[in-house]
Amino acid sequence: MATAQAQMDTKWWSGGKSPFNVEYGKLMMWYFLMSDAFTFGAFLISYGTIRFSQNYWPDPNHVFNAFPFAGHANLPLAFVSLMTFILIVSSVTMVLAVHAGHHMDKKGVIKWMAWTIVGGIAFLACQAWEWTHLITGEHVVMMDGKIQEIGTTVTKNPWGPEIPGLMHEGHQVYKPGPVAFGGYFFGITGFHGFHVLSGVVINIIMLLMTINGVFDRKGHYLMIEKAGLYWHFVDLVWVFVFLCFYLI
Amino acid sequence: MDHSNTDLAEVTFHHAPGGDETVKRIIKTTVILSVITLIELALGFGIYYMHKSPDYSHNLVLFIKGVIVILSLLKAFYIVGVFMHLGDEIRNLIMTIVVPLLLFVWFIAAFLWDGNSWKVLRNTEGHSKPQTEQHQVAPEAKKPGGVE
Repeated sequence: MATAQAQMDTKWWSGGKSPFNVEYGKLMMWYFLMSDAFTFGAFLISYGTIRFSQNYWPDPNHVFNAFPFAGHANLPLAFVSLMTFILIVSSVTMVLAVHAGHHMDKKGVIKWMAWTIVGGIAFLACQAWEWTHLITGEHVVMMDGKIQEIGTTVTKNPWGPEIPGLMHEGHQVYKPGPVAFGGYFFGITGFHGFHVLSGVVINIIMLLMTINGVFDRKGHYLMIEKAGLYWHFVDLVWVFVFLCFYLI
Repeated sequence: MDHSNTDLAEVTFHHAPGGDETVKRIIKTTVILSVITLIELALGFGIYYMHKSPDYSHNLVLFIKGVIVILSLLKAFYIVGVFMHLGDEIRNLIMTIVVPLLLFVWFIAAFLWDGNSWKVLRNTEGHSKPQTEQHQVAPEAKKPGGVE
């Protein structure tokens, strides 16, 4: 791209030219994304702080080892890998939509935006399954002197160390795990999921505007590009959420 | 592509050279991102199996986790630089985004250090007792009652 070199000798700050040679909306989207990066960063780092401060923390490969329709099969990392690939692919289709926009290719934009929306909805469906499975799963825990079967919520965590030798109806009994686990997991993946949802809504609006010829009339598809920046940010955040909760 | 629309009179456009070259770049980046993800997953599985074997080296696991983190940063570099086209923008714009984000280096190091310090203080009751081995290994990866 010749952009940077060609503009080196231009006086950018004497008026009549947009600073950084970029549209106002695009620049502001970048700065909003930077602020959002700090928000997500703060949440993830506070999660790391609490996790480092605990003597015991649930092993993600033990907690997240389920796959839809696979019953009780032990498949760590499988479902979350699928979610990661869905989001990466939807990012690629978004780049292709922006690329089509650069060439004023309305049909191309419609096709690729539609696929991006499908990817976003698929991710949300997967996340909904993951949450449901975690909340409604029943695990045997010794709490308050009683043996109970609980799922994971923001107030209860069944993923603690084993109680050696203690069994209940053929199942191993565990101590409760650190209660912060649920709050952080549901809070951060929920906040991210909310961003995915708003991204899908924005993408649907972009698709409808494209179909109605709004960008054809304007002469440019810059709105698609801005929506694209937001969508890529959402994918990028997932890379780090996936890293912190499932991988390390 | 002539954008002589009054909205954009103040911005000069220089688009990517040709349709095909850009699409090739997009596909190449997609492949790179997928390969990095697969490597991360392979390393993640490696850590999972290491937890199960008896000669479990804490330091090796930490090293592998460090490698995974660096791979994720590499993914971020590609997503931001190519997919979000930040790499194609004017250098000063790139700097206004990247330089503040360097604060994260301090942010992460300081807070993880803090968390660890809190654990040590709690375990040693304010450094008044020696720290005994507190590392608890996660239970065997099996579902309670499930057939292993």
